[in-house]
Amino acid sequence: MLSVKDLQVAFRTRRGEVNAVRGISFELARGERLGIVGESGSGKSVTSYALMRILDAGGRIKAGEAVYSGLDLRRASEREMKDIRGREIGMIFQNPRAALNPIRKVGHQLEDVLIRHARTTRAKARGAAIAALEAVKIRDAAARYDAYPFELSGGMCQRVVIAIALACDPRLLICDEPTTGLDITTQKAVMDLVDELVRDRAMSSILITHDLGLASQYCDRIVVMKDGEIVEEGAPARLFTAPAHAYTRKLVDATPRVGASLRSLLPEEARTPLPPRAVPDRPLVEIRDLVKTYQGKSGPVHAVKGVSFTLHEGESLGLVGESGCGKSTTSSMLVRLLDRTSGQILFRGEDLGAIPAAGFARHPLRSRIQMVFQDATDSLNPRAAARDAIAEPLRRLSGLSGLSGAAMAARVAELARLTGLPEHLLDRYPHQLSGGQKARVGIARAIAPEPDLLILDEPTAALDVSIQAVVLNLLADLRARLGMSYLFVSHDLNVVRLLCDRVIVMQGGEIVEEGPAERVMSAPAHPYTRALLSAAPRAPARPAA
Amino acid sequence: MAAGGTSRRIGAVGSRILQAVPVVFGVIVISFLLTRALPGDPAVQFAGQMATKESIEETRVKLGLDKSLPEQFLVYLGQLARGDLGQSVSTGQPVTRDLANRLPASLELTFCALILSCLIAIPLGVMAATRPGSAVDQVCRILVTAGVSLPTFFTGVLLIYVFYYILGIAPSPLGRLDFLYIEPPKVTGFFLVDAALIGDWETWGAALRQLILPASTLALFTLAPIARMTRAAMLSALSADYIRTARAAGLGRARVLYGYAFRNALLPVVTTLGMVFSFVLGANVLVEKVFAWPGIGSYAVEALVVSDYAAVQGFVLAMALLFVCLNLVIDLAYSVIDPRFGTEAQ
Amino acid sequence: MTDVPLSPAAVPPRRQGFAGHVGHVLRENPVTGLSFAMFAGLVLAAVAGPALVPYDPLATDAANALQAPSGAHWFGTDNLGRDVFSRVVVATRLDLMISVLAVAVSFVVGSVLGAVAGYRGGWTDAVTSRVLDTIMAFPLFVLAMGIVAALGNSVANIIWATAIINIPFYARVVRAEVNIRREAGFTLAAKLAGNSDARVLAVHIFPNALPPMMVQVSLNLGWSILNAAGLSFIGLGVRPPTPEWGIMVAEGANYIISGEWWMAVFPGLALMLAVFTFNLMGDGLRDIVDPRRRT
Repeated sequence: MLSVKDLQVAFRTRRGEVNAVRGISFELARGERLGIVGESGSGKSVTSYALMRILDAGGRIKAGEAVYSGLDLRRASEREMKDIRGREIGMIFQNPRAALNPIRKVGHQLEDVLIRHARTTRAKARGAAIAALEAVKIRDAAARYDAYPFELSGGMCQRVVIAIALACDPRLLICDEPTTGLDITTQKAVMDLVDELVRDRAMSSILITHDLGLASQYCDRIVVMKDGEIVEEGAPARLFTAPAHAYTRKLVDATPRVGASLRSLLPEEARTPLPPRAVPDRPLVEIRDLVKTYQGKSGPVHAVKGVSFTLHEGESLGLVGESGCGKSTTSSMLVRLLDRTSGQILFRGEDLGAIPAAGFARHPLRSRIQMVFQDATDSLNPRAAARDAIAEPLRRLSGLSGLSGAAMAARVAELARLTGLPEHLLDRYPHQLSGGQKARVGIARAIAPEPDLLILDEPTAALDVSIQAVVLNLLADLRARLGMSYLFVSHDLNVVRLLCDRVIVMQGGEIVEEGPAERVMSAPAHPYTRALLSAAPRAPARPAA
Repeated sequence: MAAGGTSRRIGAVGSRILQAVPVVFGVIVISFLLTRALPGDPAVQFAGQMATKESIEETRVKLGLDKSLPEQFLVYLGQLARGDLGQSVSTGQPVTRDLANRLPASLELTFCALILSCLIAIPLGVMAATRPGSAVDQVCRILVTAGVSLPTFFTGVLLIYVFYYILGIAPSPLGRLDFLYIEPPKVTGFFLVDAALIGDWETWGAALRQLILPASTLALFTLAPIARMTRAAMLSALSADYIRTARAAGLGRARVLYGYAFRNALLPVVTTLGMVFSFVLGANVLVEKVFAWPGIGSYAVEALVVSDYAAVQGFVLAMALLFVCLNLVIDLAYSVIDPRFGTEAQ
Repeated sequence: MTDVPLSPAAVPPRRQGFAGHVGHVLRENPVTGLSFAMFAGLVLAAVAGPALVPYDPLATDAANALQAPSGAHWFGTDNLGRDVFSRVVVATRLDLMISVLAVAVSFVVGSVLGAVAGYRGGWTDAVTSRVLDTIMAFPLFVLAMGIVAALGNSVANIIWATAIINIPFYARVVRAEVNIRREAGFTLAAKLAGNSDARVLAVHIFPNALPPMMVQVSLNLGWSILNAAGLSFIGLGVRPPTPEWGIMVAEGANYIISGEWWMAVFPGLALMLAVFTFNLMGDGLRDIVDPRRRT
């Protein structure tokens, strides 16, 4: 149905021509569901734009061919392409809210497509659009017809995007990271819907994703891309059990999955035994009836509704939930960036909650509690070199300001070594560092004052999976070496489990489940935990290496 | 949902109108303070040339200048409420009447200039954005950079030199109508409208000929900001995700460009118009002086020369109130285009 | 704001010093290099102009009035026989001074207002925004007219008036830039590193607002000079016979309809050149203060 041969895509940039896709070939059979998996910069999205001939300005198909039902998409006229797009090949995108015209009613956006491909007339357009909305299982479709994208949730927007893509019954659906930016339970709902529609209509589909687990669950066959080339292709089960290419093996290893241990995420040669850890005993932090209520526009917002838990010395505790569950608010209060409404935050018996967040910067306990932020890029001042970022807490926090220049440089170098940051990178600015390097700078800065408690706020959410594996292992090593306690805030139970002894699951500002990580994973007691677990894409287990 | 959206938008429009109230109050306070900061003693001024000590005191009491500042402010408010901006020393008329007589001339000039400028700048910006790097784009860029460097009064002088002195195709740059013609009967005060109403096309043409040079001067000045914003807004709209969705759905180029990108690009352009109005109302003063245009700008300039401060302050207040109204109109236009108006998503 | 996060002793030599970075920016973009060269020319005229010009800009010579440009008088002479070239060059100092001082005042006041409003939020923000809105509710040139008329007709008052009407632009830019970084990761990290709120704002957040502010500075220098010249043009501020571009265009305008173009055209061109230079400098100024431009 679709046959791609030696496709090459290049972009003109200020630094000359950049080859984003360098000669890839694959086939797609009728009714087949193909996954294209790769990390950022692998050229997977560019491939899909090239097939649709909607490359951004400066991009062009340099060589090769892509034949769809006998028509070479590279040589087709623009007029032919317009008929192909939407009618033969539909496409859905990441970040669904941005993918819809913000100032046009969703019903009208659907009609535009239906009318364009002569699926309906102006007079009958409204009914056809509502039918298309119903086809993607939008309840009360007639009312949604008049809605603007900003009035809909992210998941609902993605359904509308799907409705637009499928409105004219295309025979191929391309999904470009369709679940990015959606909550994990919404992700599953969207993927299940797409899968069901594709199967019902006997369509072919191409799923483009960075998530090997997701692809293996929803695809018949997977091609793995790296640096613009296809390195391996095969059935999901085969890729997981017997990956042939080194890169695939690395990717498979790094994908968190049932039964995997932290070290098994790394390539085999890096699997040194985990250092022994301190056994949790005395309580370090006791949270009692912690409440946070905001004054919202339409009445008070109860972000955290009386949460209590204990974190022991040397323990690693996971705090899991979807966006809006109150996990970030809780950790902000604990790290003293946010004032509580009521309740206690006992740190070794002292109530930190009583100290206003505004004045905590000068408090002696400031150095005891530190944090690693979600987005490494956002958490580094673009005007400060890595060295300055790491030295800042050393200089500002009580007791460390007296260090001489040489001693300071030595301490920064030591921190860089601890976090695996090559010393020559210390003088670089954030924009000159890679994502993984920035994450290391963020970690080095956080451990610089030798805190007792480190709060990890989704520290790997913005990282590629292979770098995530490295960072998670680094965190485990640091904890063992420095004896810190961790509070690991994340939406992903599979990741949290790897690093944490105990897990707390939050929903709607309350704790719904708490227990040892393995127990919560294997025998979840609360329905919400079960929903979270079943929603997470499950990579096939692979025999222990 | 639709009904809720409509009522929400009406509410947002209402609250936008309410927001203008404190701004108007602030404008009145500033203009009051400017009045009180007048150099010299206003009482001496208002008492006139032949004043004695007693008559000055009398005037002081009459003007309320012997009272405390807050009391004076209340008196000032009372006067404003009656539409009393004081007496112009130079014309001997109430300032309000002078301004009302001359306002249509200024508005006619301003609106013609803005319409002319939008007609050129918006298509230019759109073309530049849809063909980046092309000749149109280069022209647009040069125009935008050079355009903001043009001092309006200097452009006006240059245009007069070229079109009146050298080419001789423009009428003498003195006022709204050559003295050979009689002003059309006043209905709106806009000569082009009034002349058209009575079907006097000869006068209409004469008024248009007088208008072309000053309007072009102003238009040249506003071309740059509008073209720049249109180009930038269009470029940003064209690179938005929803454009990719529309293209992937097979929509035609015209539909994508105008139905999707241009309507979104219009939002920042409409917002920019507020700033452009600010510039154009200021530049108006200069252009009116250059072309001896009998609007409120040249009125203020003449008043400045003879230190007729009541007239100047009346002019400043009138301009500010006019600008507040124009901004209100712009925001209302915005609320029509943007369904998110008044929500947090905006 | 002079507090640098790291003392020089602790920093081994960077790959590239600040001067090197400036040199790189100027070389990288020819337009930027050209604009800075033009600016240097303007500064030279402002500093050394009065010493270099061939005639006394105030000396009248009735016998030589209204002479067209010639070898003796490059830009011709005006209605009083003064040398237009000398007057144009000498006027540079006054016009440049007015715009630079006005921009400096509005930069400082606007930055403080905007930074505090953007960081504190709440009623501080609301009050500041209302005051700025009120200033912006006037057509700015008209407000400047009103201020100069009320405060009195002097060069100092022109500077104040120009500064006041420019303050809202800086305050708004800084407010927006500070506001988006108020909850940014690096701001929170700076707090965790023991910085007080004031220090976080001054050392970590505010410098990040500099690149867009530099663009604003370049635009405002142009507006300010146009504004000052415009005020002089209608008889406010600078008074004859002081050489000033706006006044000279105003004087020349009376003679343009009889064909003596040089009186208005040369000061007008000087004005345009100055504004053009300032506008072109914007991107270069931004790149100089933007660390992301460093390689």
